[in-house]
Amino acid sequence: MRTLIPVENDDTLAAVQGFLRQMLETGIVDTLLVPMETPHGAITPALVSDPEMLDRANPLAPVMGLNAARLAGRVSVREPRDRVGVVLRPCELRALVELIKLQQASLDDLVTIGVDCLGTYDVSVYAAMRDDGGVDMAAYGRGTGLATAPSGELAAEEGYTFRDACQMCEKPHAEGADVTLELFGADLSGGIPVSLPDAMGETLGLTAAEFEADRSRVIEKVVAARTQVRDERFAEIRERLDQEGVEGVFASCIRCHNCMTVCPICYCKTCLFKSQVFDHEPVQYANWAQRKGAYRMPADTTLFHLTRLNHMVLSCVGCGMCTSDCPADLPVGAVFRAIGQETQAVFDYEPGRDVEEPLPLITFQEDEWMDVGEE
Amino acid sequence: MAETDFEPKIVAFLCNWCTYTGADLAGTSRIQYPPNVRIIRLMCSGSVDPTYVLKPLLDGADGVLIGGCHPGDCHYQSGNYKARRRVIALKEILKNAGIDEDRVWLRWISASEGQRFANTVTEMTEFLKEKGPNPMRREWAV
Repeated sequence: MRTLIPVENDDTLAAVQGFLRQMLETGIVDTLLVPMETPHGAITPALVSDPEMLDRANPLAPVMGLNAARLAGRVSVREPRDRVGVVLRPCELRALVELIKLQQASLDDLVTIGVDCLGTYDVSVYAAMRDDGGVDMAAYGRGTGLATAPSGELAAEEGYTFRDACQMCEKPHAEGADVTLELFGADLSGGIPVSLPDAMGETLGLTAAEFEADRSRVIEKVVAARTQVRDERFAEIRERLDQEGVEGVFASCIRCHNCMTVCPICYCKTCLFKSQVFDHEPVQYANWAQRKGAYRMPADTTLFHLTRLNHMVLSCVGCGMCTSDCPADLPVGAVFRAIGQETQAVFDYEPGRDVEEPLPLITFQEDEWMDVGEE
Repeated sequence: MAETDFEPKIVAFLCNWCTYTGADLAGTSRIQYPPNVRIIRLMCSGSVDPTYVLKPLLDGADGVLIGGCHPGDCHYQSGNYKARRRVIALKEILKNAGIDEDRVWLRWISASEGQRFANTVTEMTEFLKEKGPNPMRREWAV
């Protein structure tokens, strides 16, 4: 059903908190994984069991410090089995779909709650906004912070910029979740549009409501605008790749592995690049140095990125955490998205689109690409 | 090095059941082929991780050859079908990353195709001679 969560005194956040609280109280979920504001003002996901604690919940805060899909996996793949509600952004929902296919998460016990995304800041930017006092962070979710919801426009606060990934995100609308908080196109002072299963709505005491909302039209506009930004960005990255090669674009990589650590798709516990495979005897390094005159250390930075591309780019959902956490400010996410787009197209695959769609590299058809290997 | 002296280095990953046996047959049949290939035997073309291909390419090998059983003939039923998709993805990624994807060859060569193995190595050697050395060979900071 589609209905409105009533909003009082323009306090959208309180309405969202109340809705989540009801989900816990009515037993629709036993626990909720949701972004919470810590006593120190940071926003972090937390698994909440006490409904009273939800007055600290803030899924509307425009900050993304990590992709919570990995955490959703953590609370869903093993016993004991509770109903866990997970409040996720669109890019986190897409990552969750990929993690399910990689058997790192399970939908069986999850109730997914998707929230349209109006853009996010890096943690450091968010902290600066809070600390500088120039921007009233308490206002977020309390009226003013959601001013861009009706238009869908990506408007950062003056003097600050949204994360690189958000600026070229053409899928900021939540799709495929059990419950969707539909912010795009909504006049939130009149209530928050929500779509959810009928039975759940009844349990929550909600009845379907008729209301005017421009969500699909606004989404269409947003997608078109962002796609244009994305394509310009991709063209720029492709030109660099063409001229400098991937080794040039990633030349200042220090192989800190941050991009891999924060990547929701890179789930391997024993990554090749964290193993001793690339540790060698001193004489070996000396030999390489002799052969080429100089030998870069740490070595294999390009190999690292190319291997990661091969291992995960078909599932890259474009959350851009890699770019956010790169100490060398490399455009990791843009490169992966640009190369990912081409590679995904070969297999007609779109990460996060459908949980039933098999991963391109674990499936095959006998009679495809019959000319390959026969030359 | 003058272009005429250039002898390409090819690293070949061959499956135990078909292509490696095919290479063996080329040898026992005394079929001549260029000595530019360094063979690494694997149990299946499906066990070739992209990293195996990338590492020699980035270290300056001029070509990488992956040899497996013809479709339908895999000893493990489906290893070569998976290898096919992986190599297609790998080459697409290389192409987009600004690395010459034509240096990577995937060929189905059965245990009875000693001549095809010799022909493939000959062709690949000629092709790489034409193409010239892998520019990565000179790079020290990749």
